[in-house]
Amino acid sequence: MDAGEALFLVIGMALVTFAVRYPLLAFTGRVSLPARMVRALRFVPVAVLSALVAPAMFMPAGAPDISLTNAYLVSGLVTIAIAWWKKNLLLTIALGMAVFFAWRLLVGGG
Amino acid sequence: MSLIVFAGSAQFVAVGMVAQAVYPPLIVLTVFVVNLRHALYAMSLGPHMKNLPQRWLLPLGFWLTDETYAVSIRRYTEDEGSADRHWYVLGSALSMYANWQLCTFVGVFIGGRVADAATWGLDFAMVVTFIGIAVPMIRTYPMLACALAAFVSALALNGLPNRLGLIVAAVIGIAAGVLSEQWLSAPARDRQPT
Repeated sequence: MDAGEALFLVIGMALVTFAVRYPLLAFTGRVSLPARMVRALRFVPVAVLSALVAPAMFMPAGAPDISLTNAYLVSGLVTIAIAWWKKNLLLTIALGMAVFFAWRLLVGGG
Repeated sequence: MSLIVFAGSAQFVAVGMVAQAVYPPLIVLTVFVVNLRHALYAMSLGPHMKNLPQRWLLPLGFWLTDETYAVSIRRYTEDEGSADRHWYVLGSALSMYANWQLCTFVGVFIGGRVADAATWGLDFAMVVTFIGIAVPMIRTYPMLACALAAFVSALALNGLPNRLGLIVAAVIGIAAGVLSEQWLSAPARDRQPT
């Protein structure tokens, strides 16, 4: 990737990100969106976050790894249980990371 | 990238795609889809902010992230009283932004010098954060269907070129949510007209 492509990429990323964040913040409550779109949008965070997390847990190094030495998988599952139980973001992050590092230390694996 | 994009997950995905030499417009498209969830955050915060002037909305829009949304919406829904809650949002946003710049700088400066930094597993922080945000949102069966469908399809479609699996899995998840909601609500409506 040359400098021009990198510049295009970063500016493009900045524009689409702002275009997603700002308009609805400014105009919701002042204009209304179609109900079908609102209904579909409600599922976006859970869908995108799940789709990001799944490969990071099951294939941290690129290839599927379902074993006890895959700390990402084991700690990820524990973290899901913690999040479900406590519903507290900060606690989930702290405990999840603690489980992850402890597992890597005690059991090993990447 | 951290200065003007300011979107952790999208930057993470984008850097991975750059490493695989994916065509840049496709990276921008993926960034759009990954960040589409912020449209929902904006929509949910919007009504609370409808009396704020543009000089507030522009920066808060730029600085809106998962984490800031997660703490702000709680503040807005739990405390109905204060008229100055946008300062709370700004505080959260600025801490996130300052921290993001600082850590990016540390990463750029130190990353190249520490040989095995990539194997420390710091990327797991992204996994725990997203789990911490997404799991409490799963309060209904359609939402659970959406999460499971997106999760399983992201695994199944991981081999698609240009990381398209992420976009397709997200769309499948949304479709699963919308369809299961329709399916669940149809008989209920017949029994109990609202």
